[in-house]
Amino acid sequence: MDYQPGFFYLFAALLLFAAFRVITSRNPVHAVLYLMLSFSQAAALWLLLKAEFLGLTLVLVYLGAVMVLFLFVVMMLDIRLDGDRWGFWQHFPLAAALGGVVAVEIIAVLWVGFPNMAAQAAPVASDVSNTKQLGLLLYTEYLYPIQVAAVILLVAMIAAIALTLRQRKDTKTINPGEQVRVRAADRLVVLPLAATQKAAPAAEQTEEGKA
Amino acid sequence: MSLTLGHFLSVGAILFALSVVGIFLNRKNLIVLLMAIELMLLAVNMNFVAFSHYLGDLHGQVFVFFILTVAAAESAIGLAILVLLFRNRSSISVEELNTLKG
Repeated sequence: MDYQPGFFYLFAALLLFAAFRVITSRNPVHAVLYLMLSFSQAAALWLLLKAEFLGLTLVLVYLGAVMVLFLFVVMMLDIRLDGDRWGFWQHFPLAAALGGVVAVEIIAVLWVGFPNMAAQAAPVASDVSNTKQLGLLLYTEYLYPIQVAAVILLVAMIAAIALTLRQRKDTKTINPGEQVRVRAADRLVVLPLAATQKAAPAAEQTEEGKA
Repeated sequence: MSLTLGHFLSVGAILFALSVVGIFLNRKNLIVLLMAIELMLLAVNMNFVAFSHYLGDLHGQVFVFFILTVAAAESAIGLAILVLLFRNRSSISVEELNTLKG
């Protein structure tokens, strides 16, 4: 059990460094990559807390899907890097002071409220699966909320598709269904015309033209 | 010395403060704002997992599960709106988003 504090400080230091780089890096692509680093370190910290399922979910769902979506959008948008950063470090002292105040207040409140909780940590047996316990809880007690969460994901998917879908006006795509269903009568219309028509008298036309 | 609840809560608090600073500093870049919100949710999730472990209550982890779900939905819709915004205005600068005169 001696190795745990060392790993904790390593992961926490990397997490906070990566978070700092996320908010200060000039290039948004670098920011996304540092965000991925910070999420992976957070997953490692959750593994230290014996929350294996959530740690792996964070790696799979967040690093594998959401962060790649971020990276895709950032690379697609071609954001200009120049000119946006004037006054960035000028505002930094005020922002750092405010952030320090927020951190110190939260830590003070939590440290007073929950002092030295290590002794009260419930001992976890080695043969108890965190995933199984979580699954038992999710599919019995939280069955209705998990279905609501599924509906939320479905709504998010439909909304994202509906927001970004667009019909191009100048496209020349063909519709195979309409092509198959077409009949000869739709394409060729035979008009009842006489084979020969009586030509108009040429003289009258010229006289009318003169008059 | 062994790890206590305070260690993990401190990491969560510092992470939350860092993301507040990030929102403060990157007011003009919408995509970094979205990333700072993600960091904020991560800090809250860290607190939930720490409490869940040290209090021996698994309901905190279930809550983190739902927060992850909502955060994924939020970032997907946020990025879709961002793409739509960039397509219409060719810029994602917050300064130019003054149509509503808010």
